[in-house]
Amino acid sequence: MTQLLRTIETALRALRRNAMRSALTTLGIVIGVAAVITMMEIGNGSAAAIEETIARMGSNNLMVLPGSVTTGAVNYGTGSQQNLTIEDFEVVAAECGELVAGVAPVVSTRTQVVHGNRNWIPTYLYGTTPGYVDVREWGELDEGQMFTDADVRRGAQVCVIGSTLATALFDDRSPLGGIVRINQQPFKVIGVLASKGANMMGTDQDDILLAPWTSIKYRVAGRSVPTVIASDPSTAAKMNTLSQRYPSIGPLLYPTPSPAQLVNNPRVDRIPSLSLIWARARSAVDVATAKAQIEATLRRQHRIAPEETDDFVVRDLTEQSKMLGSTAGLMAGLLLSVALISLAVGGVGIMNIMLVSVTERTREIGLRMAVGARPRDILKQFLVEAVVLCLLGGTIGILVGRGGAELVRLLLNWPTKISVWAIVASVSVSVIVGVLFGFYPAWKASRLDPIGALRYE
Amino acid sequence: MSADPLIRLEDIAKSYRLGDAHVPVLRGVSLAIARGEFVALMGPSGSGKSTLMNLLGCLDRPTSGRYWLDGEEISRASADRRAVIRGRRLGFVFQNFNLLARTSALQNVLMPLDYALERPSPRQARDRAVQLLTRVGLGQRLDHEPAQMSGGQQQRVAIARALINAPPVLLADEPTGNLDSRTSREVLELFREINAEQGITIILVTHDAGVARHADRAIRVHDGLVVEGAFADTAGAHA
Repeated sequence: MTQLLRTIETALRALRRNAMRSALTTLGIVIGVAAVITMMEIGNGSAAAIEETIARMGSNNLMVLPGSVTTGAVNYGTGSQQNLTIEDFEVVAAECGELVAGVAPVVSTRTQVVHGNRNWIPTYLYGTTPGYVDVREWGELDEGQMFTDADVRRGAQVCVIGSTLATALFDDRSPLGGIVRINQQPFKVIGVLASKGANMMGTDQDDILLAPWTSIKYRVAGRSVPTVIASDPSTAAKMNTLSQRYPSIGPLLYPTPSPAQLVNNPRVDRIPSLSLIWARARSAVDVATAKAQIEATLRRQHRIAPEETDDFVVRDLTEQSKMLGSTAGLMAGLLLSVALISLAVGGVGIMNIMLVSVTERTREIGLRMAVGARPRDILKQFLVEAVVLCLLGGTIGILVGRGGAELVRLLLNWPTKISVWAIVASVSVSVIVGVLFGFYPAWKASRLDPIGALRYE
Repeated sequence: MSADPLIRLEDIAKSYRLGDAHVPVLRGVSLAIARGEFVALMGPSGSGKSTLMNLLGCLDRPTSGRYWLDGEEISRASADRRAVIRGRRLGFVFQNFNLLARTSALQNVLMPLDYALERPSPRQARDRAVQLLTRVGLGQRLDHEPAQMSGGQQQRVAIARALINAPPVLLADEPTGNLDSRTSREVLELFREINAEQGITIILVTHDAGVARHADRAIRVHDGLVVEGAFADTAGAHA
């Protein structure tokens, strides 16, 4: 160890003797490393910005949907069962906090919204909690504010609307304070959501109305509307107003359940069933584990035996996640290749100057051999010199690179993000470059004949 | 003459290959140098004097023959082994001083310790270097760089450097070749003192009879053979 320190000291002394040449030699490495660091920080910054954008599109979101129900060999598909309850939402919110940043229940319905002489059927008419805006990463509201938890508790008849709905009902006037009627119930508009545009499927996300789920559930929907079970004639009749004009009930396919059956399989009307639960994982990498955790929590909550299948579905937006991964991967690969090329160029510079240095210091090498340096001592000395040179260059390069990135951030306003990985990688690559490109000159120096070297002019 | 001289060469030959031809430079040299002797190695250029010095200095290997240095036969030693021998047993002083540029006198003297197998502590090393520089009369110029010193002073630094490992043999190759006559005398006087005080064997390579006169004995080389002074008894000059 002390021997290595001594060799490093000797190398530093030798480099200082030719300070100017050493500085110029290492310039290649300085520029290489600085370029890598700056690029990586800019790349990281843009990747983070892209990641954030994609996350806003919902890549971190998870949807919990009720399971399917099969009646008479007919499977009605996902969401046909009404077994997702507000308790499920509360349990997920309470227990999955580590990986899940936010949870919101949704009671979905589809009905007409009326204001004055105008009306509109929004794509999304959701009863939810104030957390919904955060879970869907909606950001700040354009006007007004979100309803509160207190509004949810008392079933307040207030709502927040998207920009498409606002334009449809209010034109250019501010909708704040306006009254809209949903299924005959008056709701006061207290906020307008910022515009989010269409989602990846082309559906307008601004065509939305959000209200406390209690209000939607008990005052508007009565029950979750799209989950009408067709085999339940009473609901079908209630929903389908045409059935009064064209009665279609006719003979029942299945007998009406007896009171005993009803006791065994109680109808879920009084249990506040949800259309779905939205959750948002803390980050893109947490999505898979968050999904597993929600599944485990709900299986326990629904008392599902290990061998039974889930009676719910958790969906993630794999498509967006994949896009995110590929973007970041492409960026990293691109920068890595640039890094390797610039460092290789720097390494060739090192080798070149080290060769010149060996020629120029032939007499010194001869002298060192005369006073007892073995070939391996000379090899080690020149190798250490090259590595020290590269390390010095690397260190300066890191500082210059960090400074450059800061400058880019301040002057051009590009997002940058410090990359520890880039720093570690460029330092280790510097050392490897030093060893690889320093070896040939060092080997050449060690093969010198002391007699010839001492006479060298 | 003691039965065990410090240096003994036995029928040493050295030839170089030039194309297909072998050019003999040394053609069977035998000589002995006792511990504490001060000898001059003389000969005109082309006589094989430099080759002999390189062999004595362990910088080269003979084509044939045997070489005992300090009781060890080293004519077939490997490059690594010879490097260690050079470091431990031999000190070199060159005509052109060969000091490291832009390096203080002290650091120049300390340099051989980088390669010594048993290193003294930095403190001891420094003390020893200061002591040696003081001994050669440069105690006030420890931090001077070669460019700031005269030729005589530079050669004194080189002598101090040659002594840092306390070798039994000092090899000086035309040490006064680049110095004026007054400085030459001073440097030769210094060799004399070191030889007398510390009992270090000094081999002075020169073509100048005036310089050689400072030595106890002159070994004359001519045309690849030692023609005079190979052994102390035959020369008769050694007291």
